[in-house]
This record gives sequence, C-alpha cells and structure tokens, in this order.
Amino acid sequence: MSNHAWLLLGLFLIVLLLTVKPLGTYIANVMEGRFRLAGKIENPLYRLCGIRPDDEMGWLKYAFAILLFNALGALVVYALQRLQADLPINPQAFANVSPDSAFNTAISFATNTNWQGYGGEVTMSYLTQMLGLAVQNFLSAATGIAVVIALIRGFARNTARSIGNAWVDLCRITLYVLLPLAIICAVVLTSQGVIQNFDAYKEVRTLEVTSFETPKLDEAGQPLKDEQGAVITEPAQTQSQTLAMGPVASQEAIKMLGTNGGGFMNANSAHPYENPTPLSNFIQMLSIFLIPAALCFTFGRLVGDTRQGWAVLAAMSLMFVTLAYAAMHFEQQANPLLTQLGVDPSAGNMEGKETRFGIAESGLFATITTLASCGAVNAMHDSFTPLGGLVPLLDMQLGEVVFGGVGTGLYGMLVFAIMAVFIAGLMIGRTPEYLGKKIEAFEMKMVSIAILVTPLLVLVGTAIAVMLADGRAGVANPGAHGFSEILYAFTSAANNNGSAFAGLSANTPFYNVMLGVAMWFGRFGVIVPVLAIAGSLAAKKRIAVGAGTLPTHGPLFVTLLIGTVLLVGLLNYVPALALGPVIEHLVLWAGQ
Amino acid sequence: MTRKTFTLFDPALAVPAVADAFRKLNPAVQWRNPVMFVVYVGSILTTILWLQALGGKGEAPAGFILTITIWLWFTVLFANFAEALAEGRSKAQAASLRGLKKETWAKKLLEPKYGAKWNLVPATDLRKGDVIVIQAQETIPADGEVIEGVASVDESAITGESAPVIRESGGDFSAVTGGTRVLSDWIVVRVTVNPGETFVDRMIAMVENAKRQKTPNEIALTILLVALTIVFLGVVVTLLPFSMFSAELANEVAGAGTPISITVLIALLVCLIPTTIAGLLSAIGVAGMSRMMQANVIATSGRAVEAAGDVDVLLMDKTGTITLGNRQASTFLPADGVTEAELADAAQLASLADETPEGRSIVVLAKQRFQLRERDIHALDAHFVHFSAHTRMSGVDMAGRQVRKGAADAIKKHVETLGGKFPASVSGKVDEVARRGSTPLVVADGTRVMGVIELKDIVKGGIKERFAELRKMGIKTVMVTGDNRITAAAIAAEAGVDDFLPEATPEAKLALIREYQSEGRLVAMTGDGTNDAPALAQADVAVAMNTGTQAAKEAGNMVDLDSNPTKLIEVVETGKQMLMTRGSLTTFSIANDIAKYFAIIPAAFVSTYPQLAALNVMGLASPASAILSAVIFNALIIVFLIPLALKGVKYRPLGAATLLRQNLALYGLGGVIVPFIGIKLIDLALVAIGLA
Repeated sequence: MSNHAWLLLGLFLIVLLLTVKPLGTYIANVMEGRFRLAGKIENPLYRLCGIRPDDEMGWLKYAFAILLFNALGALVVYALQRLQADLPINPQAFANVSPDSAFNTAISFATNTNWQGYGGEVTMSYLTQMLGLAVQNFLSAATGIAVVIALIRGFARNTARSIGNAWVDLCRITLYVLLPLAIICAVVLTSQGVIQNFDAYKEVRTLEVTSFETPKLDEAGQPLKDEQGAVITEPAQTQSQTLAMGPVASQEAIKMLGTNGGGFMNANSAHPYENPTPLSNFIQMLSIFLIPAALCFTFGRLVGDTRQGWAVLAAMSLMFVTLAYAAMHFEQQANPLLTQLGVDPSAGNMEGKETRFGIAESGLFATITTLASCGAVNAMHDSFTPLGGLVPLLDMQLGEVVFGGVGTGLYGMLVFAIMAVFIAGLMIGRTPEYLGKKIEAFEMKMVSIAILVTPLLVLVGTAIAVMLADGRAGVANPGAHGFSEILYAFTSAANNNGSAFAGLSANTPFYNVMLGVAMWFGRFGVIVPVLAIAGSLAAKKRIAVGAGTLPTHGPLFVTLLIGTVLLVGLLNYVPALALGPVIEHLVLWAGQ
Repeated sequence: MTRKTFTLFDPALAVPAVADAFRKLNPAVQWRNPVMFVVYVGSILTTILWLQALGGKGEAPAGFILTITIWLWFTVLFANFAEALAEGRSKAQAASLRGLKKETWAKKLLEPKYGAKWNLVPATDLRKGDVIVIQAQETIPADGEVIEGVASVDESAITGESAPVIRESGGDFSAVTGGTRVLSDWIVVRVTVNPGETFVDRMIAMVENAKRQKTPNEIALTILLVALTIVFLGVVVTLLPFSMFSAELANEVAGAGTPISITVLIALLVCLIPTTIAGLLSAIGVAGMSRMMQANVIATSGRAVEAAGDVDVLLMDKTGTITLGNRQASTFLPADGVTEAELADAAQLASLADETPEGRSIVVLAKQRFQLRERDIHALDAHFVHFSAHTRMSGVDMAGRQVRKGAADAIKKHVETLGGKFPASVSGKVDEVARRGSTPLVVADGTRVMGVIELKDIVKGGIKERFAELRKMGIKTVMVTGDNRITAAAIAAEAGVDDFLPEATPEAKLALIREYQSEGRLVAMTGDGTNDAPALAQADVAVAMNTGTQAAKEAGNMVDLDSNPTKLIEVVETGKQMLMTRGSLTTFSIANDIAKYFAIIPAAFVSTYPQLAALNVMGLASPASAILSAVIFNALIIVFLIPLALKGVKYRPLGAATLLRQNLALYGLGGVIVPFIGIKLIDLALVAIGLA
C-alpha cells in the first residue's frame, strides 16, 4: 500500500475520532430531552399531530409505530413516482416510473438501502427526488437511530415497561441531528462545486465527434444478446452531450450523513457534479461514518459508562482499518493479464475508477460505503480485482455492523455483543449478562432471528435467482464473475447497503420484486427483534457489577466481539465466496 | 454416608449405555435434540442414497456413500452413548441413595382407636388415611398426624435437637415425621402422605428422572444452537443451486464442471452444525446433577444448581459454619478483691449441672487452671437452678450460698434484687470481653459479683482461606449471627468475611436478603432452623441442612445430606462448572468449523473448479478422503470429549477476565487448531489403510 494511502487512512481516522465525543454527547443530550430550545419547536408540532410526548411506548407499540411510519413513507414514494408525469417540478418531463421499479425504489428508500435499479437523472423528476427520495433519506436514517436509542434505553433502564416514544424520537433526531448536519454539509459541498439548481438539463456541443458502440435494445429496454449470450451492439456517433442539472448538493449531504447512498445521478459519487474534488470526496467519506461513530459514544453516555461505547468503537475501528487496508492493497495490484500485455503495473487496477480519486481514495471509499450500509460509490466495484471486490462484498456480509448504517450499525453490533457475551458468560460460569442485564432465552431467540434473517435472505434469494431464467437473464459476465454479481445484489439489498456491483441488469420485474422483498425483510426482520430485545431488557433488573462479572470494556471484549462478527460472517458466506470472488482470483492469477 | 463411585467408562455402566445408544435411535427421542435430529435425518438420507447407488443409479460411488453413511450413524450413536452414560451414572447413584432408606414396619390398626387389632405391614404399603399405632422405642414409619395419645418423640434425626419433644393429639404439636422415634408412651397416628411423596422420595425421583427439565441457560443455548443449525442448513441447501449454476458457468468456459453431490452436501452440513456441543449437552446437565450427588447435595432442580453459579452474595450462620458449634471458656477475669481461683471455684459450682457445651467447657477450664476436680453433686446437697429463658441464669443453691452465672444484665438485675451492687469495674471487663468478640458470662455468689468468664468462639480452621477463594470468584460473604455488633465484628474480622449481620432476627435476615436482591445481586444462604425458613424461601439459592427442620428443607432448593454448611462453596463451583463446560464446548464446536471448511470446500468444488485445490491447505490426499476425514473427525470428537462433559471443565477461582482468557485460548484457539491436526491425521490413516 502506498504512503499516500496510509496517510489518507490515518488522517481519515484521526478526523473521524475527533468528532466522536462532541457529536456523541450532543446526540445523547438531544435524545434525553436536555436540548432546551426543543420545546418551542417540538410542542406545536406534537399538538398539530395529536401526539402526547410524555406517553412512553412498550416495545410492541414502538415497533408498530416504526413499521407504520415506514410503510406510509414507502407508499408516498411509490405514489410520487407513479404520478410524477402529472406533478410539477419536472422540467425534463419524465414519464411515470414502472410499477415494479417504483415498488423497488419505494422500499429501497424507506429501508435506508437506496438500491437503485434506475438511473436517477433519466428517470426521476426533481419533485420525486426532493419530496420522495430526499425526505426518505432523512426519515429512514431517523428510524435507524430511533431503534438504536430504544435498544440503549433497554440496557439503561431498570425494570421499566417502556422504551420511549417513537414519534418524539423520530422528530428530535430529524430536527436536531440530521437537519443541521445536512445543512452544514450541503453548504460545504457546494463550495467544492456540487451543483444546486432547478434548471433543465443542458445540451452542450462537444469539441470532437465521438464514435461508440451502443447496445441494441429490445422493446422492454433490455439489451439484445446473440446466440453466444454476448450483447449485440451497433455503431453510433454523436457531437452533443446532455449535462444533467438539479438540486444535487442538498440531496448529496443527507445521502452521506444518513448512510443512504442513493445518488442523484446514476453514476453516484463518481459523477463530477456529485463529488467533484478529492476534498469533497474526503468530506463525503467522513460524513458517512460521522453519525455511526458518534452513536457509540452516545451509547456509552446513555448507559452510564462511556468505556462501553469506546470498546464498541474500538472493535469497529480495528475491523475497518484491516478491511480498508485489504481493499486498497488489492486494488494496488494490477491485473496480471494486462501486465502481460505491457501495461505498467505500478498504477494498480485503475479500471472503473475516477482519475481524480485514484486507487487509495476509491479503495477507502468502497470500504467505507459498504461497511456503513451507505452504498454510494465513487468507483465501479464490478471492475475491482477479484479480491478487491471481495472486500466490499465481505464488508456487507459481516452484517453492516462495522460502523454500519446510522443506528442500524450500532444495534447490529450490540446484537453481536449480546451473542458474544452469551458464549463468553457461559465460559466463565455465569448466566451471561451485558451491561447488567441477564441474557436469557427470550433475548437469545430474538438475537438468533436478527442474525439469521439477513444471511438467509441473501443465500435463498441468490439461490432462487440462479435457478430461474429471469434471474440468470440479468448476468452480463460469464464465469464465476456472473455468480458474484448476483450474490452481490442480494447481499447489498438484504443488508440494506444499496451499492451495486454493476454488470447485473437489475431493473427487471424479477429483480425489482425479489430485491424489494429482500430489502424490506432485511430491514424490519432485524428491527422488530431488536426492539423486542429492548423491551425485554428494559423490564429486567440491572444487576450490580462485581468481580465475577465479565468486563465488557477491555481489549479482551473487543477481541471477542471482533471474533464473533468475523466468525458468523465467514461461516455464513465462505462457500458462496469460494464460488465467486475466490475462484475468480485463482483463475485470474492462474493466467486464464 | 459412602457411595460407590464409578470410573469413567466402567463396564457396569458402559455396556448398558451402548444398548441405550441404539434404543435412543427412536425418532421420538431424537426429536428432543433438534441439532442431532438433523444428523439423524441426514443419516437416513445418505442411507437411501447408498441403496440407490447399489441399484446402479447413484450420484457417487456406493462405497464412498456407504462410508459416509456409517460415520454419520456413528455420530448419532456417539451422542446417544454420551447421554446414556451420564444417565446411567446418576441412576446408579439414585439406587444407592434408595438403599439408605431403612425398611420399616408399621402396625396398621383395623379400627382408628387405641387397643384395636393391628396388622404388621411394610411402611411402603401405607396409604394416606391409614391409621397406625406406634409404641415406645418404635420408629414412626410415615409422616402423619396424632389423633390419639401423647408421647415423647426423639426428632434428632431431622432437627438435630437431642431433647425429646412432646407430640399429642390436637393443637400445634400433633404432626409427626417419618423416621423419628417414639421414646415413651404411645400414639395413634393418621398417615398424611402416600409412599413416594415423602421428602427423600421426591429427591430420588428427581435424580432418577431422565426427562429432566432443561435449565434456563440450557434453553437459551439450545436456541443459539438451533439458530446456527438453521444458518448452516441455509448455507448448505443453497449451495446446491450455486454449485449447479457455477458448474454451468464453468462449462461455458472450460466444459468440465460437475455440480456437488447430495452426499457431500449432507456431510458438509453435519460437519458444520454444532454436533459436538449438541451431542454432549444433555450429558453435561445430567453429569452436573450427578456431581452434586457425589458431593452429597441433593438439588430440587437443575435450575437451582445453575443459579448457584451466579451467586454473588453468600449468607452464612456464624455458629456451626464459621465457628465451631459452641463457644468455650477461655479466661477467668476476677472482680476487684476476688482471686482467680475463687472465681474459678464459683464458676465451676455454677456449671456443674450445666450440660451445655459452654457449661462443660467452664468445668474443664477450672480443672485445667486450678486442678479443681468435679465434686460429688449429691454430697453437696445442692439444688441446681437450670437455665430458663425467663431468668437467663443458671447456678446452684447450697448451704446458704446462691451461686449464679449468666449474661451481665441478668446478673446485675439478680444482684440488685438481692440488695447488692454491680461493680463498675466488672462492667468494664464485660465490655472489654465483648469487644474481643467473645461472650462474657458474669458469676455472682449471693450479692458478691465474683467476676467474668470469657467464652470464646473458635473460628474453624481453613475457613479464612475458603472465604478468600470466594472473594476471588467475586462472591461476597456475609456472616449472620445473633451476637451483638461488637462480638460479631471481632469474629467477622478473624474469619475474614466481607460483612456481617449482628443481632439477626428472622425478619432482619429476610430484610437483608431483599436488600441485596434489590441491588441486583443473587443471594445464597444456608440454614437449618425453622426460623430460617422465610429467609431460605427468599434466597435465590438456599441450601438446607439435612439435620434441619422440615420447614427449612421445604423452603430450600437444595439439601446437604452431610449438613456441612461450607458445602455451598462446592455447590457454587459445580454450578459454574456446568455453565463453563457448555460454553467451552460450544466455542470449541463453532471454532472447529473453520478447519472443516478448509477440508470440505475445496474437495466439494474441485470438480467444478480445479483451481480451488489451492485452498486444500492441509494437503489432504483426495476429495473423498478429505470429506471422509472431516466426517470421521466430527464423530470421534464427541467420544473424545465425553470425559470432559462428564467431569466438567476445571473451575479455578480467578477473575472473570483471566478465566475467560484462559478458556478462550484453550477451547477457542484449540478449537481452531485441533481439527486441522485431527483431520490431517485421519486422512493419513485412511491413506495408510488404503481407504482413500
């Protein structure tokens, strides 16, 4: 790995860690209702909606509120897409989105996945982008944070019946955490050249005539293939280019801060209007990890022992550094087939990367975006070396718990922590406990469901796709890479990441529906058991810590937590990875 | 009480266990262990695949499928054997416990009144409602209620009190307990329990019962194991379409790929699911209970044993637990103007008729110090005054002398009533003795206060070390005593307990337990008296002494047959061992999967992608031998770990973090490394005997 890459990684980590304590403290204060300006802003809103903010909810009620809220959100996004042709702020006069694509996108944004089967600048009107997608970017992020706050309350409270009021939590997170941060971030991004306007798209005349091959499309818009399965192309020429416009900066900020990742443009953060400079790239990477990292401190503060939060953060950071190193290292390796043809190998694997970012910025971005369930991309993961591409795949398969999505990452990690202390607790001869709460059969049942749901969705979804003609139809590449593409799609959807391996034509009814289902259950199949754990823990007595208690803040616990996350992830996916990226790597380096 | 102990694979137990292992192949039995049930179904499937292969339509060579099938069945049988062996041990122990019950005979009356005709029947034939007569020197054959007569009954076998008690019809004193003895007179008793319902009977039933209830931690662990099984089921089942798809993709490129066979998939599944811990789980539980039996402790449930491992506060009676049962006179402290010999003489006189251990120790001390021989009581023409709760003094009246000994305030009152004065210097001595943790007794001869006798508590040898051990385990020890605060503090310091409750009343004990519990601590307590019953019932773990009252035994969730209060420490260790054994084997089982992946994945897919041979890091001879080696290792490891499951992981009183680090290194890291070596060795052996 180059010195530049080390420097970038080090700088990133230092800046990130510096933000943890102030932001974490601020979020803790907001969630405990100690942000005193709040009353003036909140109370009229509550009165308007008929919410009694002091009415606390049990876990079932809390879960119901969260589900209802997100279902309604998905419905609104669906409706906006299906009606956008007749709605205002549509300067390009885009048609209504197809039902299956609209269904997929609605679920995708409500679940914080932001998988995009469509091209943003050629599909969505500005209204849909702003009122549908951007709003969901805020609300789905708030949902994740609300759920983790509820779980933290489960640990912190002693024989309590309730875990907070979902409406109040959602409101406070959106108003005092997400909105201010997004405004700051958007302003900074515009300074780097990210666009923010409502203009129609601009046609520019290029300096020279460009000749290119374009895939021949059938009536459904799918590329036609010849008998060998290769895409049929036809020659074309052009001397004009359409430059997409739009309110990009405002959407870009929350796309990162909320670990949403749904780009305004199809090229996402590789597009110069979304991510123009190395500095904007750094800010985007930072804003992805900003809230997930700070929440660790919030967690420690709210359970009354900040060491607990630092321990979790340490486990996340160690895994992040290792994986980031792996991604940058493997991308620095050149493709041996190209080297044979005389290409200079010192540049690394530049295929599918932006020259303004290069290997280090692309590798680090890929690691961050896949670890954090963000899914924004500034390079094409499909073009990574086999092992370089394995890293983003593995990042997601670890369950999006290394930093992870806002809120979701921490609650996922805490679920793993419960599992780790369960086995460790038994090993020291005590009924396992975490933060003074006994881990018993009910918690283990819910932990099992939360850990089971996602891998099963990924594996079963991939299995169905490779068995059916509809599933195989989308594969663009032959060999093991084709399998990797399908595996990546389901991994990304069920883990609510949303990044794409490209290569796979996923905007088909089959994939839209399958991935939509995977996203919904991958999200709420975890949220509901997590809230159940929160409710059950809140009702328990907090046990005093003694010499016989397993300390959950030292290096031993950090090691244990990392071990559990890695073991569960690897045991689930080793066979699938062996048939995908691992075999690709072996084949490639064998020179075939 | 001695009991036969068994070596691990004692033929007397192992042989029937082998038979039981086959008997347990019944699907209804297998279903109770979901993880092993998956192996069971897998074995049946491969058996069918083998039969199909014999018919010439097999997906793999019949010989290969057969060897896999045999070893899968072995896996099931080994797990059954482990369980049967553990059950056999506890059954044998229960049988020897039953042998302790004395065969007694009852005189069953034909009519429910004294003097009616009776038949001699075995006590075991008595039913609820039968009426029996018990005469002097006979043992009461069953629990019951006196309906006629009055008798003195020796209940020492149950209560430990040697003084006989009166049992008569009607009122509070009508209940009699089986196993006690009528000393004089006769009583007619209506039996109130059926055979098999008595206390000891229930204990035996509990130990014997193979279908024991799962403990809470066992349930939670089973959930985790089932979840892991579902995960691996998902991994393996989806591997078939993945493999078929990959084979097609590979065919497009190289044209040689064949998909994975179902036999290999089943082998992979069985290797991945946590069979090691699942196969040994119930054996661990049964063995834990049986270890308690060996320690002469009978627990009413596995839940109680497990809870013992979580205890963080231990309440113990001072007397009999921390100190020897009785106090001993250690010094004579004469009042001003009295010689020590005079005091000793008066003290001896006052104690001659005192048969309590304290009284006797005074006589002994007087003899040691001043060679004062015991005097002939009758020659003295003395009238002895026995201790009563009212006067709280004892002593002797003779020849115009009125010698008394008793608590300081009682003697003070006595002397003042007689017109004497209680000297201030004696009060000072009394306080001084109390401060030392001893009990002061004051002796008075008429109105003359002679001085103070110091009665000292003798702290048991080695108890301090045991408390230090408990502290290392993270358990706080609390001494409960009726003594005053000063005395209690001194003894607490000498014995090295963490805290003490002086002047304890039943209410105070109960309140203390509740207070600890509200702080979120788990409280264990030992007790024997009826007044301990409420506290025992409130404690999370309550060990009643076998010599204790029925009420105490009913309130506790364990009974110590040896009536040794420090036994609680062993109970805690056993509880911890049970959990540790489960946790360690679970870790070991899961860690094993890494090596198994390295053995099976390349072997399974090398037919699709020859390049995957690069992952065969163990250098196993052939795909078939690799898969077989993993399956054989998976089956054999169960047998190798049976001793560990039955004996339990060794518990050492260390801090939680140290203990975890050691066990993680041993079972976690060991679990990663051992199978690499084991599978390689089995592979070499298979090559050597030409099976691969």
